[in-house]
Amino acid sequence: MKHLLATEGLDAATATQVLDTADGLKRTLLGREVRKLPTLRGRTVITVFYENSTRTRVSFELAGKWMSADVVNVSAGGSSVGKGESLRDTALTLSAAGADCVIIRHPASGAAHRLADWLEGTSTSVINAGDGMHEHPTQALLDAATLRERLGSLDGRRVAIVGDVLHSRVARSNVHLLTALGVEVVIVAPPTLLPAGIDAWPVTVSHELDAELPSVDAVMMLRVQAERMHGGFFPSAREYSISYGLSEGRAALLPDHAVVLHPGPMLRGMEIASSVADAPSAAITEQVRNGVHVRMAVLYHLLAGEEARE
Amino acid sequence: MAPRSRGATGPAAERELLTAGDVARTVARMAHQVIEKTAIGSADPPVLLGIPTRGAPLAARLAERITEFSDVEIPCGSIDITLYRDDLRHRPPRPLERTQLPDTGVDGRIVVLVDDVLFSGRTVRAALDALREVGRPKAVQLAVLVDRGHRELPIRADYVGKNVPTSRHEEVAVLLAEVDDRDAVLLRAAGERGRR
Repeated sequence: MKHLLATEGLDAATATQVLDTADGLKRTLLGREVRKLPTLRGRTVITVFYENSTRTRVSFELAGKWMSADVVNVSAGGSSVGKGESLRDTALTLSAAGADCVIIRHPASGAAHRLADWLEGTSTSVINAGDGMHEHPTQALLDAATLRERLGSLDGRRVAIVGDVLHSRVARSNVHLLTALGVEVVIVAPPTLLPAGIDAWPVTVSHELDAELPSVDAVMMLRVQAERMHGGFFPSAREYSISYGLSEGRAALLPDHAVVLHPGPMLRGMEIASSVADAPSAAITEQVRNGVHVRMAVLYHLLAGEEARE
Repeated sequence: MAPRSRGATGPAAERELLTAGDVARTVARMAHQVIEKTAIGSADPPVLLGIPTRGAPLAARLAERITEFSDVEIPCGSIDITLYRDDLRHRPPRPLERTQLPDTGVDGRIVVLVDDVLFSGRTVRAALDALREVGRPKAVQLAVLVDRGHRELPIRADYVGKNVPTSRHEEVAVLLAEVDDRDAVLLRAAGERGRR
């Protein structure tokens, strides 16, 4: 594995390896006073974020630092991007400056792939930290890690992904990864928030949240992405919340063992009730915690070995 | 997995250094030596930590024997060194092994690191680094089933099951029933493989 650009096409064996490594790292660091491993000493990791982010950027930065890599953060605001430098030139600059890995978040779908193409022939790895409405592979990996930890296994489980699927790279990445790992995925969304071509996805589609909840092992609530919406996708926030929000009453329909996930940032009261988000069935803070270990695992698999980097 | 332990059926150029019976007797002898050297019975018993893969079951066997001979319960576990190796850059990434520390921890105790083969000494160096992260032992000792020579670092074992003079082109394979299908130590003619 040289880059991690998408979960589409990621095979179950590789994904499981990353999850196992994340698990091992978590166990290794558990209860330690000093959370530092020498594994990536001398490696340079640069994060380039053209979009706002708290948890993903921090999580990647910690992951790199906990493995002793040198981590440099570039934000679009404070860099030459503001002077009009193209993504390509920025990429080549970072690679020339000695980046072993560039972690990119960009509002345009496919940006990470373009970056990887431009860096062909260099030794720089690219990790997609979210590109437009396309993919966010490390989020899907940390969701899978959290589900596996809570449920004990993934194969044969049933997971509902609920809400703004149209604008969600998290949903797209999760659909590919979870189905590859043997999970049955149900998409629950209003017709206006389903992407074109969803028929080709390996999922079942439903518009009735109440009908799906009793039969799922986990439910993943998506944030309504107002910043990507420039039209009337639903009549009102209130009406969306009534039909597709995970209220306390609705959460009671879930089986006892079911897990509630949210990739964050949450809009409490919109797609998820505050009490549901804070209930023991919610694994939202675990998702964040696992995020660091999963990203450490990804960095390890991309950067630790020379031979594997063709 | 280290290539030196691939399967039990090797090429014709293969010699059995220790039979299953030899392995059992060797472990028993090492157990007696640990009892003597660490003064089991009068001091805190040592903590045995195996280096996966085969060091872990070996440590468990050694602990079992020590308990049998001395009637003292020996804390035993394993310590993974993958993240501390100095050759990570030159190999494809490896899966992590299990680290399992006994409840006693290692602080202030004598720790006996246990591995199957002592070769370059690099594994042991990595283990010392890994150990430093989990506590501060009173002393660290090393027990190996086979010492095959060719050290690349100033490291020596406190307990050696068998010293085997080898050529660098040979491969020493320790087979243990817990991981492989039988107990044995084999010497094989091999190329540059088996280096670790």
